Amino acid sequence: MDQWKSIQDLRDDVVSKKQTATQLVERALEYAHKDSTDSLLEILDDYARERAKDIDQQVEKGTFSGKLAGVPFVAKDNFLTFAGKTRAASNILANFEAPYQSTAISKLEAEGAILIAKANMDAFAHGSSTENSDFKITKNPHDESRVPGGSSGGPAASVAAGIVPFALGTDTGGSIRQPASYSGVFGHKPTYGLVSRYGVIAMASSTDTIGPLTNSVEDGALVLDIIAGKDSSDSTTIDRSAKSYTQFETKPLKVGVIKQHLAEGVDEAVKQSVQEAVDALKVVGAEITEVDLPINDAVLACYYTIVPAEISSNLSRYDGIRFGHSNQQASDLDAVYRSSRSVGFGKEAKRRIMIGNYVLSSGYYDAYYKKAQQVRTLIIEQYNTAFKDVDVLVGPVAPAPAFKIGENEDPLAMYLVDIMTVGPSLAGLPAASVPIKAVNGLPVGLHVIGAQRNDAVVLSVAKQVEQGVSE
Amino acid sequence: MIITDDIRKKYVPTIGIECHVQLKTKTKLFAPVSNEAREAEPNTLVSPLCFGLPGTLPVLNEFAVELAIKAGLAMNGEIASFMKFDRKQYFYPDLPKGYQITQFDKPIITSGWLDVPQLDGSQKRVEIERAHMEEDAGKSTHPEGSDFSLVDLNRAGTPLLEIVSKPDMHSAAEARAYAHELFLAMKYADVSEADLYHGNMRFDVNVSIAPVGSTELGTRSETKNLNSFKSIERATLYEIDRQIELLEKGKQVVQETRGWNDAKQITTSQRSKENAHDYRYFPEPDLPPVEITGDQVQAVKKTLPQLPVDIRTKLQKLGIDSQQIAILLEEKRFVDIVLAVDKKHIKKAVNWITSDVQAVVNDGEFDWATFTLTSDDLNQLAIMVADGKLSSTGAKEVLLELITSTTPAEAIATDKKLIQESDEGAIEAIVDSVIAANSSAAEDVKNGEMKAIGFLVGQVMKQSKGKANPQIVNKLLKEKLQS
Repeated sequence: MDQWKSIQDLRDDVVSKKQTATQLVERALEYAHKDSTDSLLEILDDYARERAKDIDQQVEKGTFSGKLAGVPFVAKDNFLTFAGKTRAASNILANFEAPYQSTAISKLEAEGAILIAKANMDAFAHGSSTENSDFKITKNPHDESRVPGGSSGGPAASVAAGIVPFALGTDTGGSIRQPASYSGVFGHKPTYGLVSRYGVIAMASSTDTIGPLTNSVEDGALVLDIIAGKDSSDSTTIDRSAKSYTQFETKPLKVGVIKQHLAEGVDEAVKQSVQEAVDALKVVGAEITEVDLPINDAVLACYYTIVPAEISSNLSRYDGIRFGHSNQQASDLDAVYRSSRSVGFGKEAKRRIMIGNYVLSSGYYDAYYKKAQQVRTLIIEQYNTAFKDVDVLVGPVAPAPAFKIGENEDPLAMYLVDIMTVGPSLAGLPAASVPIKAVNGLPVGLHVIGAQRNDAVVLSVAKQVEQGVSE
Repeated sequence: MIITDDIRKKYVPTIGIECHVQLKTKTKLFAPVSNEAREAEPNTLVSPLCFGLPGTLPVLNEFAVELAIKAGLAMNGEIASFMKFDRKQYFYPDLPKGYQITQFDKPIITSGWLDVPQLDGSQKRVEIERAHMEEDAGKSTHPEGSDFSLVDLNRAGTPLLEIVSKPDMHSAAEARAYAHELFLAMKYADVSEADLYHGNMRFDVNVSIAPVGSTELGTRSETKNLNSFKSIERATLYEIDRQIELLEKGKQVVQETRGWNDAKQITTSQRSKENAHDYRYFPEPDLPPVEITGDQVQAVKKTLPQLPVDIRTKLQKLGIDSQQIAILLEEKRFVDIVLAVDKKHIKKAVNWITSDVQAVVNDGEFDWATFTLTSDDLNQLAIMVADGKLSSTGAKEVLLELITSTTPAEAIATDKKLIQESDEGAIEAIVDSVIAANSSAAEDVKNGEMKAIGFLVGQVMKQSKGKANPQIVNKLLKEKLQS
């Protein structure tokens, strides 16, 4: 498959009538239908063609010059969209059609982007491999026996497979960065609150973020530029920290390498690849130091306490009463709840509901949830301390490249994959995965983490890494 | 078992009250949807959030916060400088998200008190433990004989302030008095429609009893959702006696939630402590904590209307007795009118309102939309009486018209031919002519036969076609015949 041009070029082509939006959409749809990775859940042929026609007409009339004019994209299935179904790849929402649309999608559409499909994911974003989708397992475009990562595996694979130039994903504990790393694309998890969560099916409200998966840092920055900013429908959103996220800092920066992320248990070849990327940064003038982050030992325990607590609560609304799967044969209210949820939710959702309810139960709250919140404060403090001395922290995104489908059946083994990504999530930090040298033909991403609101710094370093890799 | 006063004297009841006050915002607590649920068709005032749809997020209604602060000030409350929201989790079809957004450990009001007037004229201070903001649930109905329930989500998300008193009350009358005083405070602070009938204020009464002299409180029951002062008093009385009977029979009071059966005038068990929910409270991650500054509180303070306690003090100083004040306070319109009346006429105005006007509007049929009485009306009326233009009977007749008429008092009096002639010169001419025409009667009066004066007055009134002020006629006749 041919690589897509940069988003800027695609848009310029459409606005200058070198190519039509229809041509771009047709190409995307063609690839979507030929997709061998099962990255998509629902292809929106009619909707996309209609939108393309409309944009072409507007361009023809000279009344449209959106920043994403005619650029096709896919959205993870947890974004509420007017087009198609919104299911979060879950059975309980198998027939759910959204009556309203997420802010991020509306912002992209306002600039002329064209949604061509809803992409696969771990159901309700619970997972790191997209194997937890209630509908299908997505394969890694670089090796179809392997997972694309998750939970934004569909978005990552669809960009890696060349179906679309960009995808919108969500990242709660690594769900953009890890699949970006496994699938060899750029993925950016913005500062918590920088992009509105309105209209995105919640996983864990306090760490859910929305961000792009793209072929390049520049494309990612361009998409972020459009979706970032305060939204009156989401009280946790913050003002934009940068006027433009596409203006990259070129001056050398201070880079801290997280000691604990290159410790024992991390694949040697991955370490090697990370080291080479760091060396390349040094070449362009970056000041490299090693940063000790001892709290890293506690991040997974903390994350898998707080996040299930929020999940258990956020999933309560799927009760078989107003929407979603409902057992119509149930004889009483309790049976409606029990059977609708038992059938509708998959194993992982149930596991997290159980854990979440447990840690919030009276008698256990202090020992688990409250303790985890205290640990979370320590995590934030330790990152803050680190950012007094460095501009960004780097390391691998995951301990190893993409694993085989079915390899991590033990849920705990699956949780361990998130060891490097959950820390920045708990601290609300901006972080990205930028492709570096592959290991045995499998992509590897460098994890670039910035201080809160320093998304522009993260993007700048990612850009420098990207340049270093290509040279 | 009959609980006699002698048995009752062996126990001390302790009562605490939780009250849900519906704040009168235009829109819901967390969604920009109309809050006017009373007349609306079921499930028409719903946004994706009210419906609990995926992806929806709450956005705090700032005006609700303002009203809650105002309510806090009206109960001498301490306003928190930092508050946050929490999720209270349970499953029920009228709770669309599966949790209620409320405030668990950082409420907006952290303490307060009300001085509650008692029936015997004394005052009793009731401390307020806290008051927190929360969203209301929807409304479930269970049609009799059907195998389904109906849910109306119009009310889901309506802003409530839950006010929790300390267990400071020790009788049903005190419980009622506190509930009533809280009602007046909320109504006058203008934070709620405070319409009990429509559920704008709902009371949960916690009752326990302990033997006299005991240092520990007994096990309490909570009777929920009382929406009249009468039912608060009756339910409390019932609970006290029920619990006394249990203890007298050597049984134990069970901690439980009870409901009030108005038809049977009894409370019934709804849910015991063993079956109580574990609400799994935790901080609402979708809403950042809220800081309330001193400036903000001061700004709200400036908008605080006169409270019942201010009105009582003011009217007492003007010599109005406390029973009349109590009647006035029941109807804010009355208070507004009375306070705007000229000070020198206020007693008369209060008398008119608390007797004649009150009687008219108390008739269940009265339509407040037709009510037009103003303080100006009463001023004019009082002046006419003082000037002798109207008799007190005539004034009442005019007053009854004024309740629903915008015609000036004087015009009504004229129209009804109630204006008295009080010009002594004019009356004197008639008096003179009557004396001249009835010289024998006049002689009788001069000779001390006072009966005859009535005849002469009658003659004067006849000649004046009833318009002469009888007091002046009397006075003139006496002057002329007794000197």
